[in-house]
Amino acid sequence: MILSPIDMTALAARLASLDEVAGRSLWADARARFMRNRAAVGGLIALVLITLFALTGELIAPWSYEEIDWAVMGKAAELGAPAMANGHYFGVDDLGRDMLARTAQGTRISLLVGIIGALISVVVGTLYGAIAGYVGGRTDQIMMRIVDILLAIPFMFVIILLLVMFGRSLFMLFLGIGLLSWLSMARIVRGQTLTLKGREFIEAARASGVPAPIIILRHIIPNLLGIVAVYATLLIPEMIVTESFISFLGLGVQEPLTSLGRLISEGAGTMRYGTIWQLAFPLFFFVATMFAFFFVGDGLRDALDPKDR
Amino acid sequence: MTALLDVRDLQVSFTLRRAGAMPWQKPAVLHAVNGVSFSVKAGETLGIVGESGCGKSTLARAIIQLVPATGQAVWKGKTDLLALTPSQMQPLRSQIQMVFQDPLASLNPRMTVGRIIAEPLKTHHPHLPSAEVRARVQLMMDRVGLLPNQINRYPHEFSGGQCQRIGIARALICEPKLLICDEPVSALDVSIQAQVINLLSDLQRDLGLAMIFIAHDLSVVKHISDRVMVLYLGRMMEAASKDDLFAAPAHPYTQALLSSVPIPDPARARAKQAIPLLGDLPSPMAPPSGCVFRTRCPKATDICAAHRPEAKLGTHQTACHFA
Repeated sequence: MILSPIDMTALAARLASLDEVAGRSLWADARARFMRNRAAVGGLIALVLITLFALTGELIAPWSYEEIDWAVMGKAAELGAPAMANGHYFGVDDLGRDMLARTAQGTRISLLVGIIGALISVVVGTLYGAIAGYVGGRTDQIMMRIVDILLAIPFMFVIILLLVMFGRSLFMLFLGIGLLSWLSMARIVRGQTLTLKGREFIEAARASGVPAPIIILRHIIPNLLGIVAVYATLLIPEMIVTESFISFLGLGVQEPLTSLGRLISEGAGTMRYGTIWQLAFPLFFFVATMFAFFFVGDGLRDALDPKDR
Repeated sequence: MTALLDVRDLQVSFTLRRAGAMPWQKPAVLHAVNGVSFSVKAGETLGIVGESGCGKSTLARAIIQLVPATGQAVWKGKTDLLALTPSQMQPLRSQIQMVFQDPLASLNPRMTVGRIIAEPLKTHHPHLPSAEVRARVQLMMDRVGLLPNQINRYPHEFSGGQCQRIGIARALICEPKLLICDEPVSALDVSIQAQVINLLSDLQRDLGLAMIFIAHDLSVVKHISDRVMVLYLGRMMEAASKDDLFAAPAHPYTQALLSSVPIPDPARARAKQAIPLLGDLPSPMAPPSGCVFRTRCPKATDICAAHRPEAKLGTHQTACHFA
């Protein structure tokens, strides 16, 4: 027997005199590195501000996003410029609707599309890739060939067809983007899993009889999360661009709801009538969001780089 | 007394498919371990030595079914480990544990030491209350010479020797009967090697463990083993008790190995007659006919190419025509 009662009392005495030392996890190290990266922290702050704007912008605006200001309708170029006096701080759009409320609402939809797309890709892609990589052999072959086949389909075309066939709805948009987003994630995760699988700590877990699903969840996925986090932050802007493009084509979200892509599309259409604010404000938020996500993604990659542990 | 583990004619082969080979082409077969037999008694240490690529680690992994193998590995005279399904093997896994070569790589960098050591315990005794698990982990940490208050630390905060102690603690937490050590000290400094080896022999004496100790360092094997087996290209060359083997090596390969051990005394080192081994290790894809060692053996004759020498049964087994 390893544990004898004498040891137990001796140890109890020793333990009483010692405080437990808190360990510093790799995550804590990475957080410290991330916080030292100015651009990344700036990006993170910008993201927080943009999110706050998306959530509260409509409360600040005296007008709602679907309300038409009959006083300026049809005279947007002359009366609808951004002004404090009439309560349209960002001006109005072509129909006389308040741009501040519409930009806030559009930013919200765009962020939602990006985050939901990234979430689907993280959950589905990580599990799919980790299972394919860990199980290996024929299962891996079949699972990855399915991914290859799906990747070979021109996805923009599929999303457009989906939206045309089943009607334009937010749900269809999420479904289409969800279908597209997890494929490359699954590939990346599978590749990483293959390198992890040969590591000794996985072998140690197998040797002591840990069941395969637990090995995947406890040993493989936590060691993949760094790469997954980086890739997900870079995936969000990609999703936003996809949504914007679809909205730019006139598919995507339905009126009176809007998204950044749709606002930019409308603003671009009317910019030669002297209503540059209809383009400028949504474009500013779009570009700011992209930059912020890229900086955060870059910072995460530097912070989680496995080379300098 | 029946042996704790009795391995008969263990064979491990890997099929290697060349890159760009057509699906109908027969894949090449590599026999990593070829007909090795040995037995380990309770409380005994079997040292396994041989140069890189001779199948030492594969042998260890085959016993605990990390790689598929054929042959027999009879546990306590009853169950053949190699014939068990994974679910039948599961309860036995707590009885046979393994210590790995690279101390840091064998610990999950995202888990605290406490969780790493507790993992086998939680796997095999899932209903143990967490306070009990924690107490046992701390006792075990104390037992292997780690401070129990470091239970919440992460592997990268420890030195190589401490990491290997964590690995040993994880292997022993389920109170196994057999510990397989796959070159547990090769990655450590010489001074740390001594500490870890002494820890292992202390634990073995106190717990009555049987050990399979794999190494390529002969002095380490000499220190810790009761019996020693010499492998070459996946085949057993010689197996004997430690004293017999080091005093009177019968196989030319063992003689060459022993003569190559450096002596820390220049005068004696100069006087010593080293038996040179010519050439390189042959490819395990195409081992020599007959005796696998004949291409580098100073005594080789025609009979070595024609017939493979069988190991004579007994306490001192030698697979050589001239022994």
